[in-house]
Amino acid sequence: MVELDSASRGLRPSPEALLAAAAREARGKLKIFLGAAPGVGKTYEMLQSARRRKAEGVDVVVGVVETHGRKETEALLEGLEVIPRRQIAYEGRVLTEMDIDAVLARRPALVLVDELAHTNAPGSRHPKRYLDVEELLASGVDVYATVNIQHVESLNDVVAQITRVRVRETVPDRIVDAAEVEVIDLTPDDLIQRLREGKVYIADQAERALKHYFSPGNLTALRELALRRAAERVDEQMVSYMQEHAIAGPWPAGERLLVCISEQPGATQLVRYGKRVADRLHGPWTALYVETPRHQRLGEAERDRVAEVLRLAEKLGADTLTIPGQRIADDLLAYARENNATQIIIGKSTRARWFEMLHGSVVHDLLRKAGNISVHVIGAAGEAALATPVKTSAGMESIDPIAYAISTAFVAAALGVALLISQFVDLDNISLVFLAAVLASAVRYGAGPSVFAALLSVLCYNFFFIPPLYTFTIADPANVVALFFFMIVALLTSSLTARTRTQALIAKKQARTTGELYSFSKKLAGIAKLDDLLWATAHQIASMLKVEVVLLTPDDGTIAVRAGFPPEDQLDDADLAAAKWCWDHNQPAGRGADTLPGAKRLFLPLRTGRGAVGVLGINRKAPGPLFTPDERRLLDALSDQAAVAIERTLLAEDIDEARILAETERLRSSLLTSVSHDLRTPLASIIGTITSLRSFGKLYDDRTRDEMLATAQDEGERLNRFVANLLDMTRLDSGAIELRREMIDLGDLVGSALQRSGKILIRHRVSVDLAPDLPMFPLDFLLMEQVLVNLLDNAAKYAPAGSAIGVAGRGEGAEVVIEVRDEGPGIPPSDLDRIFDKFYRVHGGDRQRAGTGLGLAICRGFVAAHGGTIAAANRSDRHGAVFTIRIPIDEAGARPDGE
Amino acid sequence: MASSAPCVLIVDDEPPIRRLLRNTLAVQEYRIVEAATGQEALDAARREKPDLVILDLGLPDLDGMEIIRALRARSQVPIVVLSSRGDEKGKVAALDLGADDYVTKPFGVDELMARIRAALRHRLQEQGSRPLFQSADLTVDLVHRRVSVGGREVRLSPKEYDILQQFVIHAGKVLTHRHLLKEVWGGVDSGDVQALRVFIRQLRQKLEADPQRPQHILTEPGVGYRLQFSA
Repeated sequence: MVELDSASRGLRPSPEALLAAAAREARGKLKIFLGAAPGVGKTYEMLQSARRRKAEGVDVVVGVVETHGRKETEALLEGLEVIPRRQIAYEGRVLTEMDIDAVLARRPALVLVDELAHTNAPGSRHPKRYLDVEELLASGVDVYATVNIQHVESLNDVVAQITRVRVRETVPDRIVDAAEVEVIDLTPDDLIQRLREGKVYIADQAERALKHYFSPGNLTALRELALRRAAERVDEQMVSYMQEHAIAGPWPAGERLLVCISEQPGATQLVRYGKRVADRLHGPWTALYVETPRHQRLGEAERDRVAEVLRLAEKLGADTLTIPGQRIADDLLAYARENNATQIIIGKSTRARWFEMLHGSVVHDLLRKAGNISVHVIGAAGEAALATPVKTSAGMESIDPIAYAISTAFVAAALGVALLISQFVDLDNISLVFLAAVLASAVRYGAGPSVFAALLSVLCYNFFFIPPLYTFTIADPANVVALFFFMIVALLTSSLTARTRTQALIAKKQARTTGELYSFSKKLAGIAKLDDLLWATAHQIASMLKVEVVLLTPDDGTIAVRAGFPPEDQLDDADLAAAKWCWDHNQPAGRGADTLPGAKRLFLPLRTGRGAVGVLGINRKAPGPLFTPDERRLLDALSDQAAVAIERTLLAEDIDEARILAETERLRSSLLTSVSHDLRTPLASIIGTITSLRSFGKLYDDRTRDEMLATAQDEGERLNRFVANLLDMTRLDSGAIELRREMIDLGDLVGSALQRSGKILIRHRVSVDLAPDLPMFPLDFLLMEQVLVNLLDNAAKYAPAGSAIGVAGRGEGAEVVIEVRDEGPGIPPSDLDRIFDKFYRVHGGDRQRAGTGLGLAICRGFVAAHGGTIAAANRSDRHGAVFTIRIPIDEAGARPDGE
Repeated sequence: MASSAPCVLIVDDEPPIRRLLRNTLAVQEYRIVEAATGQEALDAARREKPDLVILDLGLPDLDGMEIIRALRARSQVPIVVLSSRGDEKGKVAALDLGADDYVTKPFGVDELMARIRAALRHRLQEQGSRPLFQSADLTVDLVHRRVSVGGREVRLSPKEYDILQQFVIHAGKVLTHRHLLKEVWGGVDSGDVQALRVFIRQLRQKLEADPQRPQHILTEPGVGYRLQFSA
């Protein structure tokens, strides 16, 4: 709808108008060739326009064109590219429909689509052709389409009144409103002439058509409708053009229309009427349903009708709204005043006069209280008369025999008490005792049983207490009056109490729903993991609405099932396609929706203010509509909460990911620092030595030269160790460590490690303390040797020269224990846990030790590969650190798998 | 060059390594032939009939194993393989295919020269082995099956002696587990590596001054053992 008051503020183009224009830029443009009746030549005209465009160099293809065997039309198709139609097998026949996927794949600039109101064969993506067209437009393709005036939704019942033929296939007004409209005008006489010549239908069909539909009166009226509709459209286009270009114009006063709908059958007409009025006034309009407590007692059919009428209104471009209320007229007016509505449209009541006297008439109230708001009261016609009268569900409530039996028992008890009392006291108002029974029945069982109890009470009272006793006859006329008033009082009491009870029940039900929603939101707030959250949501929706639920979330560019209740992993192709469409277009799809209604489930996007976060799939075993409006609202509430919670966890996951990324980043920079430092230092020394020897070799004496070369060699070896560490770390990180256990002799292992570390340990005393007669242990020789070398290297680095380094080995139960001790400064207690982390180095003390910060991390990795642990501690006997490796040796692990 | 100078074929695709080997070996009075690819190596081996081949396993054209197989198909020329740390499987495979020894890159020249000498000596010994072996404090008399450490005679069980004999015959050369099992336990390689380790431990107890830090029988991790030989 055009927003009028925003534009009247100033001369700048209104932001809304510019936004709408921008949206129109990206979308394809729709041009509709509108005809008053079949045979005016819409298709012919469309094809001629298309040929002109093609001649201008536009890429035109034919999506679907029905020639109805007309020669001139067929001739125009010559030379235009026609996209082959899709074949759909349906009930033994083959139907052909426009192949929307083929058109989208072909991506022309302009597509021709005949008969916009056409209903697609079951199994197509969209049930209606205009929905196909919408998708084409959304993907940026221009469309030429044809439609007859009788198919325009808001004119549907007007045309039906004129022609006495109701067309079922309609196109929503928003489609026509958004399009450029060209009326294909032909005077009624010319059209009748064409019909006579057999240019529209074959001879005998034409005769029949002329008698009914194509009477000159009908045609004149239809032509007028078409022209008027087009004129309105032109008017609108002009208004929006003026807005976009900030042309101040004689804007009509800001009219705002409110259509009050009810569950009555005439409501659809009301809505269509509202649309036409709103169009004429160029004002926004709202369809409003006031939900009174009575709504709860409506049957499913009525509730469905309300929902349907609201959907129709939405389709026609209205804002739709349901508000709770007590008195329709008051609530309606309150809303109207709050929202500056200038006109209210309401249907004439079809209720009986007595009903209005009892409940009051909404229309009368409204007219009396409306003040300066105009009220249109629209009569119900045709359709309404056919409809079944409204029945409330209370009337159809199944009869519970127990309720009636107990109500009878109440009356019997009252009778007993009354008889007993009458033995002792002569009470005139003994009827009050029966009233108590009626009241009790009303409180417990509601209207039916209590009315039954009232009637039964009247009979008992009459039989037992009104003379002549033990007959149903009444002698004294005064007693007739008394009995009559007793009956009135009993019935009124029962009705009032029953209503109170119903309201209490409704209140209780709503309180329960609210309570469940509240606890659901609390539950969601407590869940941090997405999978748990999805599962809880699926479970909650399934149990509250008694449906089957699947939840899908985006996964690698598509969406996949993440949770379901009852648990469900797979969807069939039709459901998956619907779910995907729903996700891609952020609109409902599947069962009961406009798109892919053949799917088993209904898929709804889970939306938050920032966009869709997932898709909710709903299935109910029973056929027919999935939800009552109440359930639909409850579902909306649940899914809104779930969507927000899902978004919250996704954001939390994003934050976690960012944190991990930052951690990775930190590691990477430590690695770079370490690599650049630890690679460059030895290289600097090697290159320095070599260049120095090359340039001034002759100046050095043998001892100096030898010393320099020894340094270069040591540094080379250090570099080699560092590279080896880097490689080991890479192997660990990439999971490329392959454990080759073999039975090894601990002495052999330690000896080999000491031999390799010989140069590093040259300034320390090394003692080896292995338990005598150690058995062989299943270990990977190479990995464990590297662990020992790294530990020895570490000890040599931190312990002062000349101090002792001890290596000990023993079996302890089912574990092999290896210890490396030094006499260095020990490890600060705060660092004990962290020294095995990558790139972690103990700071403090006198200086930063040379090293990669990788050695101990590699130790931990290699020991862990054996299923063992490595721990650092400070010695208790003296200062110094001790590293303890423990590797479990179980029976299974005791077999060597190498060699 | 005198024909008596042993001819060494150096096969490596890295020119700096070839240059290093060439210079080092040349001053040791070896005759040098170089090849940068596997194909060149096979051609050179056929043409020059080298006394020893130093072969890098990672050549651009042919797989190192293929070259060993091709060389072995024609001759018993000693092959010393250049390999990298962490590739123990490759070393064992090369040795099983008939390579004589390996050096792990990066290597010290001392180590390489020791390997080359051991490999060449072994070939000479096959033509007429020496009856008395001596290295540091270890003396083995192959004729009388007598072993002594520091002049003190050591009594060995027959299996221990058989193992030691293998070490002495291949002094300075690496011996794979498989080789030892085959030679000592007879033919099949289904022998028990664990048993071999037990015997090695016992041998060290008897021969080494400090069995925890052996000087004679060294462990080659993941490959086998080597008898240290210093004349």
